[in-house]
Amino acid sequence: MDLKETPKKVPPDHQSFNNFNLQQYQQKWEEEDSSIQDYNMNIEQSQFPEFNQRSEANPNNQTKIPEWDPKAMLSNLSFLEQKIHQLQELVHLIVDRRGQGPSRADELVAQQQQLVTADLTSIIVQLISTAGSLLPSVKQTLSGNPSFGQLSGVVFPSGPNFNGNGNKVSDQSNHVDLKTEQNWTEEHESKDEEDGDEGENLPPGSYEILQLEKEEILAPHTHFCTICGKGFKRDANLRMHMRGHGDEYKTAAALAKPNKESSSEPMLIKRYSCPYAGCKRNKDHKKFQPLKTILCVKNHYKRTHCDKSYTCSRCNTKKFSVIADLKTHEKHCGRDKWLCSCGTTFSRKDKLFGHIALFQGHTPAIPLDETKGLLVGPSDKMETDEIANAVGFAGVNFGSNISNGTGVQNVGDVKRSVDDDSASFFSPLSFDSSNLGGFQEFPRPPFDDSDTSFSYLLSGSFNYARKNGGECGSNDLE
Amino acid sequence: MKRQKSTNEFACNNSSFDLLSEELVLSILDKLNENPLDKKSFSLVCKSFFSIESHHRTTLKPLRPDHLKKTLTRFPYITHLDFSLCPRVTDASLSTISSVCNKMLRSIDLSRSKFFTHVGLSSLATGCSNLVEMDLSNATELRDSAAAAIARAENLERLSLARCKGITDMGIGCIAVGCRKLRFINLKWCLGVGDLGVGLIAVKCKEIRSLDLSYLPITNKCLPSILKLQYLENLVLEGCFGIDDDSLAVLKQGCKSLETLDISSCQNVSHVGLSSLTIGTRCLRQLILAYGSPVTPALADTLQRLSALQSITLDCCPVTCSGLKAIGNWCVSLREISLSKCSGVTDEGLSSLVTRHKDLRKLDITCCRKITHVSIAHITNSCTSLTSLKMESCTLVPKEAFVLIGQRCHLLEELDLTDNEIDDEGLKSISRCSKLSTLKLGICLNITDKGLSHIGMGCSKLMELDLYRSAGITDSGILAVAAGCPGLEMINLAYCQDITDRSLISLSKCSKLNTLESRGCFLITSLGITAIAAGCKQLIKLDIKKCYNVNDTGMIPLAHLSQNLRQINLSYTSVTELGLLSLASISCLQTMTILHLKRLTPSGLAAALLACGALTKVKLQASFKSLLPKPLFEHLEARGCVFQWREKVLQAELDPKCWKLQFVDVQ
Repeated sequence: MDLKETPKKVPPDHQSFNNFNLQQYQQKWEEEDSSIQDYNMNIEQSQFPEFNQRSEANPNNQTKIPEWDPKAMLSNLSFLEQKIHQLQELVHLIVDRRGQGPSRADELVAQQQQLVTADLTSIIVQLISTAGSLLPSVKQTLSGNPSFGQLSGVVFPSGPNFNGNGNKVSDQSNHVDLKTEQNWTEEHESKDEEDGDEGENLPPGSYEILQLEKEEILAPHTHFCTICGKGFKRDANLRMHMRGHGDEYKTAAALAKPNKESSSEPMLIKRYSCPYAGCKRNKDHKKFQPLKTILCVKNHYKRTHCDKSYTCSRCNTKKFSVIADLKTHEKHCGRDKWLCSCGTTFSRKDKLFGHIALFQGHTPAIPLDETKGLLVGPSDKMETDEIANAVGFAGVNFGSNISNGTGVQNVGDVKRSVDDDSASFFSPLSFDSSNLGGFQEFPRPPFDDSDTSFSYLLSGSFNYARKNGGECGSNDLE
Repeated sequence: MKRQKSTNEFACNNSSFDLLSEELVLSILDKLNENPLDKKSFSLVCKSFFSIESHHRTTLKPLRPDHLKKTLTRFPYITHLDFSLCPRVTDASLSTISSVCNKMLRSIDLSRSKFFTHVGLSSLATGCSNLVEMDLSNATELRDSAAAAIARAENLERLSLARCKGITDMGIGCIAVGCRKLRFINLKWCLGVGDLGVGLIAVKCKEIRSLDLSYLPITNKCLPSILKLQYLENLVLEGCFGIDDDSLAVLKQGCKSLETLDISSCQNVSHVGLSSLTIGTRCLRQLILAYGSPVTPALADTLQRLSALQSITLDCCPVTCSGLKAIGNWCVSLREISLSKCSGVTDEGLSSLVTRHKDLRKLDITCCRKITHVSIAHITNSCTSLTSLKMESCTLVPKEAFVLIGQRCHLLEELDLTDNEIDDEGLKSISRCSKLSTLKLGICLNITDKGLSHIGMGCSKLMELDLYRSAGITDSGILAVAAGCPGLEMINLAYCQDITDRSLISLSKCSKLNTLESRGCFLITSLGITAIAAGCKQLIKLDIKKCYNVNDTGMIPLAHLSQNLRQINLSYTSVTELGLLSLASISCLQTMTILHLKRLTPSGLAAALLACGALTKVKLQASFKSLLPKPLFEHLEARGCVFQWREKVLQAELDPKCWKLQFVDVQ
């Protein structure tokens, strides 16, 4: 069998060859993770007893703790104001010129656009960073606000929560973070991806369109140490890191959340564009549909334009590009027991039947443990083998209907699951009989939802007959 | 090749039968349908007959799975396989069928068979792709995987899954998707199937004509899609307790093509629900409302708009007089009314009902205990074209009334007068109904041979006669019937204690007799049984319980001559293991009741049980259970035999005259 066609046997560098960026990104991410762990350990050694004591002594005095510098905020804002004004003038200029004469050369228009976009982006980044410094204080007043949760979740992670004692600081902040992320994905997975803003009908032009670059979107770190350059997801982590660079970073003021003033001016509605050309979420698309938040951008970009590198450890089938999606899936994996022949699983039987009623050629798939069912008496064994062969043969014939790429993937997955410990579950006899479970019979759906196809190749807790159908296909290929 | 030719020549020289043209032989074969054994004999005449018969036969009813391959190879044009006499059908058998019959097979009946699984069904469905009909009733072991296997039979039109309790919505869903051409599906007692499965059937199988959903845990949720079926003619919702008036009220449109609707035992459906269920159904002909809501004027009004209605069954419904009158006021004229076991049927109501519906063909007033002479007078007056009248236990009807029946209803074919006051005069009058084919006179204590002789003389087409506990009947009455009714197929002489061998000898002339019940006729001996065995080759069921004088000498001719016998009751007779063993030569003997055989030894029983290869049901005394080795029973059960253990003690026989009195007391 060709190595290329069996993902399972592929060495890791093969994967990195395919999606180098992603791999890199992943490694970075892992690095950071380990650094967080180190850091946790440090904390557990309670390097800052005085800090603990302080917070213990002052448990109720929460609002005071995250102090921020209004002056710094003010200067930031005025700088931003200036920039916005500049941009405004530029846009005015463009508008005026357009109104005067016939349309300009395309190149010029593009240049202008790029200029505006670049300016806007920088404004946004600064605005957000300014706002981000405010977050912990906002958090205490607006902690129920989901949109805020999104922001704090990935883009501008909240600082450590000082309520507890020192040991728990980072644990808790991590925890909080995860939660918000998961909530978000859960909320959105039930609908279609980014469906949330599908319904909103902002007239074009009534909002500001921002577009982050691919690198920005995929950048795992948004906070960098000015001394050693190490990157962090959360500024709190950065501040904790800074302590290692000298005693001046250990003061309460340095450790405290950098504060910001909430902007007095009403903010312009902002929507985001995906940098991927041709994407519906790209502002140049005819039916452009903007993304609501930066988190949406990140998740959209990863889900749609990146490889799915996180594989569910339970089913070894479902892959995700957003780790939160994987976690959500893993929570439910194995619980979706209603299975369609197309591989889609449902947590409710009526949903499955609705699906089957809707599509031609889809049929309920019967779990393998049932297909195994009754054991065939020894006297019938020989005959049964004959049948099995006959039907297995039919199954192979049918297998040719499956499109090449997916078919092969199928084989690889099957191999993997058979190699699993759980595979010992099958006796040769059950193999024979389960060949007859026959799901190859049913034509592939006209569309191929890569997300859900072949999820029937579940292993371990979920033994579906199809696995063996696939196995027989793999033999054929070998 | 050469050798074959020479044998052919040899055959030609020796057989004048070969002079017949093949067409002629085939047309003879076409007529040989009465006795299944006839064709067997036919094929044994000569080689060419053998081969012609092999190619002529389209239906096969195997008794054993053993030589299936050879048998099927011999008959290449088999389209219908009936395994109802073959309890053990394994996956191996099914795969053999699939490989030998291939695309020829159109219909298979596995309703009485066990031991096959989804594996066999799968090979059957893939191999026999032209399969149109499949009966898998009573396959309680089958699970969804089997249903998924059935779903591969794409051309399936008729499918019965009655009592397949292991099949759930998932399996039915597979069938709905796979068998798109289904026209008839029976899901009675498939307790695992609910709204979703049934709904999917209705969505996917648009050709459905007949849908039996009896006793399914369905609610109104699946009804809208069922009622949208364009060709649905027959809908059975018997015992669907989940369907109620409130949910039916939502339905805006009934099924236009519906012809038969059965909502008996739907306790929660009253006339309100019925009316919403039948909106727009113009061609509804038959309505079954047994065990339902009270028959009131409101119900009658609801049904009145069903202009094509011909038949209505109201068995066991509480009936009001005004309700019956309202039905009587309909403009449609019903052909069939059943009021069996309806409380509240009075002379007044019934009379007004029957006077309007003059075209009535069938009337069932079983156990309408309040009706009298008046009702019968009205019925016979207006409904002169009655072909079927069932009036068991109408105890207030006097004997004079029965004379009217014979005088006015000459077209009667079926008459049930069980447990009535009819006497010889009544019988004499009824003997005028020359078309009578079924006559039930059980527990009619007033009739004697005299009346029965009239029947024997007048009703030459009689096929079924029930004289259960009609103690006044003796040999001469039976003699007259046997002489006058050569087409008799079923006779019940149970507890007519004066019956002797003479009756049986005379009955042996009725060559079509297939059922003989003579329980408690203790004067009968082996001689009578021998006569029956010799004369009635088509005997299928024989009940000689408590015929104490029948012994092994009666069994031996039976074993040799009654090759169609399937069911026998030998309790209390003097038959021993010898007789039982000899019965083993009856290849299709399925059911055997052998209680209180005094001289039956355990080893003899074991030998007999092992020898009778086709047994599916044996009733035995519980004492044998411990006397025989367990592996024996296990072996027999693996062959498809079910044991029923009885611990009844010997009962003294009651006096026939006081039997009824006692019976009434107990009630």
